[in-house]
This record gives sequence, structure tokens and C-alpha cells, in this order.
Amino acid sequence: MAKQIEVSDLDAYYGSHKAIEGISMTIEPRSVTAFIGPSGCGKSTFLRTLNRMHEVIPGARVEGKVRLEDQDLYGPSVDPVSVRRTIGMVFQRPNPFPTMSIFDNVAAGLKLNGRFSKSQLEGVVEESLKGANLWNEVKTRLNKPGAGLSGGQQQRLCIARAIAVRPQVLLMDEPCSALDPISTLAIEDLISELKQEFTIVIVTHNMQQAARVSEKTAFFNLAAQGQPGKLIEMDETSKIFTNPTQKATEDYITGRFG
Amino acid sequence: MTVVTGIQPISAGRRVKDRAVQALVYLAFAIAVVPLVSVLWLVIRNGLKRFDIEFLTHSMRNIGARDAGGGAYHAIIGTLEQVLLASLIAVPIGLLTAIYLVEYGNGGRLSRIVSFFVDVMTGVPSVVSGLFILAFWILALGMPFSGFAGALALSILMMPTVVRSAEEMLRLVPNELREASYALGVPKWRSIVKVVLPTAFTGIVTGVMLAVARVAGETAPLLLVVFSTDSINNDPFNGPQMGLPLYVFDQASRPNDTAIDRAWAGALTLILIIMLLNLVARLISWWRSPAKRG
Repeated sequence: MAKQIEVSDLDAYYGSHKAIEGISMTIEPRSVTAFIGPSGCGKSTFLRTLNRMHEVIPGARVEGKVRLEDQDLYGPSVDPVSVRRTIGMVFQRPNPFPTMSIFDNVAAGLKLNGRFSKSQLEGVVEESLKGANLWNEVKTRLNKPGAGLSGGQQQRLCIARAIAVRPQVLLMDEPCSALDPISTLAIEDLISELKQEFTIVIVTHNMQQAARVSEKTAFFNLAAQGQPGKLIEMDETSKIFTNPTQKATEDYITGRFG
Repeated sequence: MTVVTGIQPISAGRRVKDRAVQALVYLAFAIAVVPLVSVLWLVIRNGLKRFDIEFLTHSMRNIGARDAGGGAYHAIIGTLEQVLLASLIAVPIGLLTAIYLVEYGNGGRLSRIVSFFVDVMTGVPSVVSGLFILAFWILALGMPFSGFAGALALSILMMPTVVRSAEEMLRLVPNELREASYALGVPKWRSIVKVVLPTAFTGIVTGVMLAVARVAGETAPLLLVVFSTDSINNDPFNGPQMGLPLYVFDQASRPNDTAIDRAWAGALTLILIIMLLNLVARLISWWRSPAKRG
């Protein structure tokens, strides 16, 4: 199921402001790719171009190519809605739907996209909640509102919601930045389980986290404030953190700037 | 020069200011409550005299100028039907306008124009909307005086209130929820229907109720396009129909005490109807809110 993503020479704009420039990379299937870099360098923007969420913001546009296996995601006949169905996303702040129960939150992607029988939904919800390591904590209160869970549980609920639609790629935008260390650990464990099935891309400010969970790491940086962000270096995680090719990468991971 | 160091007690000047402002706020509150309480008190005290079963179940048909008895049944029916029809017209249009402004307009030219005209409509006096329907619906198109004509005039008054309050509520829905829905591969229109609207539902209901409360008490448009009658007319599409505000106006302008009492009772009925509608709206939003299931 998991597919490879190939990006070539991608620019993204907010209105007339160029946020990222000339990014090319290959994201391998069934692995975790981490994006690191200082704030404002365009990691999240780049992540959002991968499932066409960037263009949701008024005035935002993208130039360049993103290919999922052999399909151009920005091709003229491609429906962005179906792209997002294939490439799921987990956001920085947990955002369960406040009007829905835990069950409905997980089933939302299916329910909002078509008709499924109750037993089908129940199967998917249980499977997804188990996949997100949340089943045991919530199985007795599936009808309670999702907003009543703790922050870490809410984030795992959002992961369950994202994997319930069986995407091929899962994008995670700093999924642990609002969580305590124990919830973070739970989500990191989850990420290493999920990579058996999905291609995972994770943006993180936490370099230890990048080192722990990812196979490949990409370092982004910007020349100066107001300049577009660029991909500086992408390599095996172990190489980036021990022996980076670029001076800027070394400076960043050793904490000399950023 | 003395240097202030350490933690100081609150100075006497700040204490005095604090007390003075507090007193002012309480005073302002009391002044605001006085008219509310006195209106309620007057209406309840004077209205209760005639607020009985006969009043609620009888019309004014065959009640002579000096007779006691009679009631506002015809006016209650009229008000309920007219307000319901006005809501059926104004709420969908207002809600869709608000959805356009918040979700699709993006501050473009059309949305600025729409927004401007909604503001203009907010300021339209009720008598003008009544005159407009009189000129357009009754004189130009030759339609009869009817409850429906009144509903049209009321819907013009309701629409801007519905648009503005629904717009506010939709803007309060966090963008994260829309994005979460898009990221699940849900099309925009479905995200709006299934995620954004349910989240804003409680607030929208409150806004609609405010609009209903506003128009339920309008007299001028009814006077112009519905006409008044002493008989029960259940058909809002044909012939003159009574409304409660009109009933109060009509009874209060008569010279004898029995009529004046009926006017007070009519006012009390109107207030009660609006309170009841509000209560129903509260119940609906409570029933729809996720907190109940929690």
C-alpha cells in the first residue's frame, strides 16, 4: 500500500511571498522521514504541499512537481480531495471534531465520504483505535465526546482518525509539540509501528525525536528572514546526526544556531 | 530620591479608584435593569387580569365595542404563522449568505458588496420594509392583503440579523477543524455541512431566535400589508390576518377599560410566546450539544 513520493523543483508561495524554493527529494515508502530546521524555514509549508493542503489558504499556490509513484499530484485533472484521501495528515494541535463522539471522530473520514454499514464502521473504528494504541483506554466510552480526552489521547484519536481512511502516506506536522513526554513516547512508539504499513513524514523541532524515529532526515534552512526556505541536506538519519556534509546542518544539530 | 524596592501594599489611591469604578459598574447595571424589570412588572400585573383560557381560545368576532370577554386567539395564530413563514424565508437565505461570506467569499469584491448591503439592510426601518412589500407585492403584483405579505416584510427585517449572527458564529469555528476535515479527503461543501455547521449550531440557533424575537413584535409592516381583522383566519395566504402586535395596538387605542386590559394581556402573550420560543431553542441546542453526552 505504501508509496514513494518524488518531489522535483518545488516552490510554494503565500501570495507574492515565496516561502520555499527549489525543493527536490525522494521519500521512501514504509519508512519515516523527518524534517528538521529552524522556525519559519518552510518545513510545515513543504509538508502541506505534499497533500495539497497548502492551497487551502487563500492566495497560496505551488509550482513544481510532486509524484506519488507515477501520478503527478498537481496534474491538471487531479482532484485535490482524492489526493488528501490518499495522503493523510495529523496536525500540530490535536483537533478532534467537538460535536462528535470518539466513535464518530474515528469514523468521520468514512462517514463523510460514503455509506458504510454499522458493522463495517465498528470494525474500522476498533482497528484504527488499536492501531493508534488508544483502544484500551476508550473502548468503554466510545460514545463520549472526543474533546473530553487528554491532550495525548486526543492526538492519538486524531491519528486513529487519519489512519481510518487507509491512506498510503501519513504526514505529521509536529504531532508531539503539545504533548508531555509520556504521550510523546506513546506516539513515537506508534510511529514506528505505523511505518510497517504507511509512508510517514514527520516535521519536528525535537532533534532527539528525529533521531529516534526516522530513517531519513531532511534539514531545511533559510538564508535570511524573508528569504525562501531551502532544503540544505537530506540523508540517512544516522549520517545527518553524526557526520553531515553541510556546515549549516552541523551548526544546527550541535545547537550553534537556530 | 527614594527608590521603591520590594513588594508594596496596594496604595490608597488605587484602592479608592478600584472602589469608585466598582460602584460605577454596579450603578450602571442597576440603571440598565430598571427599565427591564419595570416593563416586565407592568405587563405581568396588568396583563394577568385578562390572561385566561377565554383570552387564549377566542377571537374578537361579535364582541361589541364595550363588551368584556373576547380574546387574542386569532392574533396568536396570525403571529405564529407569519413569524414561521418569515423564518422559513429568511433563515435559509441568511444562513446561505453567511456561509458564502465566511467560507467562499475570501474578502473578494462580491463578498464586500454583499456585506455592505447586509449592513444597509440592518438599518432599514420596519415601516420601509412594509411599504416596499405594499408597493411591490400588493400594488404592483396585485396580490391580496395576507399574512404571507406580512411574512415577506418581516423576512426582510430578519435577514440581516440572521446573516450577521450566523457569520459571527461561523467565523468562531476554528480553522483547524476545517483543515482536519479536508485532510481526511472530505470535500469542502461536506466539511461545511457536517463539521462547520454542527460546531456553530448552538450559536446560529441563538442568532435566529434573536431575529425571531425582533420581528415578532413588529407592528408597522403588519399594519400596511396584513390588515387587521377580528375574525380567525387560519390561511396566511389569503385575506387579512391579525397579529399580536397589531392586536395590542388596536385594543390599546380603544377608549374603554375592557379593551385596555385585552391589550395588556396581548402584550403578555407576545412576551410569553417569545420566551417559549427561546426556551425551545435552548432545549434544541442543549440536546444537540456534545456536553450532554459527556
